[in-house]
Amino acid sequence: MIGHQRKKLQTMGSGPVALLLIAPAFVLFTLFVVIPVIQAGYYSVFHWNGMGPASDFRGLGNFRQMTQHPVFATALQNNLVLIVVSLVVQLPLAFLLAMLVGRRSFPGVMIFRSIFFFPYVLAEIVTGIIWKFIYHPQVGVPTMLARLFGADGAQIGLLGEPNAAFSAILVVVVWKYLGFHMILYIAGLQGVSKDLEDAAVVDGASKLQVVRHVIIPSIRNTIVISVFLSVIGSLNIFDVVWALGQGGPVHSTETLVTYLYNFGFRRFAFGYGSAVAVVIFLLSFAFNFLYQRFIVREQTNG
Amino acid sequence: MRTLSRNLGFMLVLLLVAMMLPAGGSQEDTADQGVTITWWALSSGGGDQSRQQLREQVIADYEAEHPDVTIELTMLENEAFKQKVQVAVQGGDPPDIFHSWGGGVMVEYAQAGMLRDITDYVENNLADRIGSGALGVYGYDGHYYGAPYDMGAFGIWYNKAIFEEAGVEVPATWSELLDAVQAIKDAGYIPIALGAGDRWPAHHWWAYLATRIGGEAAFTAAYDGSGSFADEPFVRAGEMMLQLADLDPFQAGYLGATYDDAAAFMGNGQAAMQLMGQWNPAVIAANSTSGNGIGDDLGWFPFPMVSGGAGDPNDVLGGGNGYVIGANAPDEALDFLNFFLQAKYNEELVDVEGIIPVVDGAQEALANNPYSQRIAEAVAQADYFQLYYDQYLPPAVGEAVKDAVVALLAGNLTPAECAQMVDEAWRNN
Repeated sequence: MIGHQRKKLQTMGSGPVALLLIAPAFVLFTLFVVIPVIQAGYYSVFHWNGMGPASDFRGLGNFRQMTQHPVFATALQNNLVLIVVSLVVQLPLAFLLAMLVGRRSFPGVMIFRSIFFFPYVLAEIVTGIIWKFIYHPQVGVPTMLARLFGADGAQIGLLGEPNAAFSAILVVVVWKYLGFHMILYIAGLQGVSKDLEDAAVVDGASKLQVVRHVIIPSIRNTIVISVFLSVIGSLNIFDVVWALGQGGPVHSTETLVTYLYNFGFRRFAFGYGSAVAVVIFLLSFAFNFLYQRFIVREQTNG
Repeated sequence: MRTLSRNLGFMLVLLLVAMMLPAGGSQEDTADQGVTITWWALSSGGGDQSRQQLREQVIADYEAEHPDVTIELTMLENEAFKQKVQVAVQGGDPPDIFHSWGGGVMVEYAQAGMLRDITDYVENNLADRIGSGALGVYGYDGHYYGAPYDMGAFGIWYNKAIFEEAGVEVPATWSELLDAVQAIKDAGYIPIALGAGDRWPAHHWWAYLATRIGGEAAFTAAYDGSGSFADEPFVRAGEMMLQLADLDPFQAGYLGATYDDAAAFMGNGQAAMQLMGQWNPAVIAANSTSGNGIGDDLGWFPFPMVSGGAGDPNDVLGGGNGYVIGANAPDEALDFLNFFLQAKYNEELVDVEGIIPVVDGAQEALANNPYSQRIAEAVAQADYFQLYYDQYLPPAVGEAVKDAVVALLAGNLTPAECAQMVDEAWRNN
């Protein structure tokens, strides 16, 4: 039966029918991914204001300029911090929540799941507006807390403090995407064999040991996907950061993509912007490649 | 068989590609039936339809007189407009008539050959009813590319009730302003509302100080290369701005606040002053809790003079709104712009858009609007009209000014470094 199916698939997988089937995807991918990437690569070696043909060749000058620009370093650093926070705080928290509300049924469990998932459903810009209120210097939560603990007349505007603004944004990002990863883990947990868990308990494993040696290995696939999406998402983050302060104050919350927008689009420096895009693309591509090569591959072999 | 279906697949790919290409040539079919003019204008955002309604009325009036002309109006919100027009211009297909603030961005478009040179038309048809100062914002190097319908001045909006309570008079000099700030602070109010998160509201403080300290000469010297933006007046502007910042005059978290946030402090009667353009009263009202702002308590005074400064106290930093003509626009577009710029419509725009009219005969519309009248007088009396730095200078330099001034306020740059950063951007441009 299986052999027969495979044979059929193979006949379908070659020749004109296959060509027909992949044609739409191929055309779209070429038009909207391959060609723009090649174009960005081309423009990245020019000084170009976006109008008329690019003619002022700079070689690798744009890339050199980037390495010398402190704001680019800030942006890169912020992206790295975001990746670390996602992996070290967000994903474990999502896993914990999934363990709490995803494995057993108790009254109101669906309400909890919905509450945690809700932020993910919100549009990024809406999230930004909501959190601008939460952080509002006069009526926001930090200000109210400070006043509650006796600091009369205190006004705390985290988004206006260059030293604190990015941390404030990290909270929002964790809050926003926590639910998404929680749902991934809940789905993964459905597939964990109850028998295996029971067997471990019978063998005298503690709860922690069951999590460590049974549950986590069983949902490895889910974790691999969750980590991948988290890192790629962190590298390309834009909307939430933009809505909360456009990369400011004084560029302290700049990420690679807001940097591209601020120093490419806003300044009509499309050659330079393209160079930044190329760097973002290469970083994402390199991560993708290494991850597929070493993590995903290992998984299929194992 | 195999080749046949392979060819079939190939043809399908071709078909898909063909479908995605824009259909060319269809425009020519309609050419015999008349002329179509595309017009991109700014909406106020926030769902207010009055700007669009007024423009639709103008179009209807014009089309009634010219049945062979069709005008397609597109209303866009500020940021959406900037992006959309940038894409259109870069694609080599600018709209026939579109919004412009004049200055650096306009010059960049003109140099790329994307705007139509309408110098003769402006001189023959518009120069007799629009002042040369306002018109000049839409000119460069002796050529005109458009014309304004609004030209105003930045100045300080203030809350008269707070001034009275704090016992301060309208400051005429910078040191009086500093004293007023201290007195208002002591009275328990926010002296100055500032949306430094948007950056542009902050850079006007620095630019106005530089205008007062160095006057036309300093800016012209920096602009034509005989001097530079790192010269003493621009450094001094930074120093004086820090004098102000050292008094802690702005609301908490102002570095992360938007213009709207700052306007709310004015509209709710919590802040005493705000440096802003002619459109401010409507924005203050819209952002206030009551929706009405502070009513008659709102006042306006010109930016204080700096003692010993080379700039004349009457010099004005300002700007306005207008339209430029796309490179491929038909002659009818010029005729329509001329039609739009008649006193009747300019007068109506005063209420609809809060403009300061530029067309002769429309100024009467300001009769019952005391602060607009004062702004109009300030513009009219100015010997030297400095267009906003972030509009006048090329985009890369304008962005650098805004960045530098916010960094100065945040304590990341010294006044000298701030001026150098602007100078560097200017020289690299």
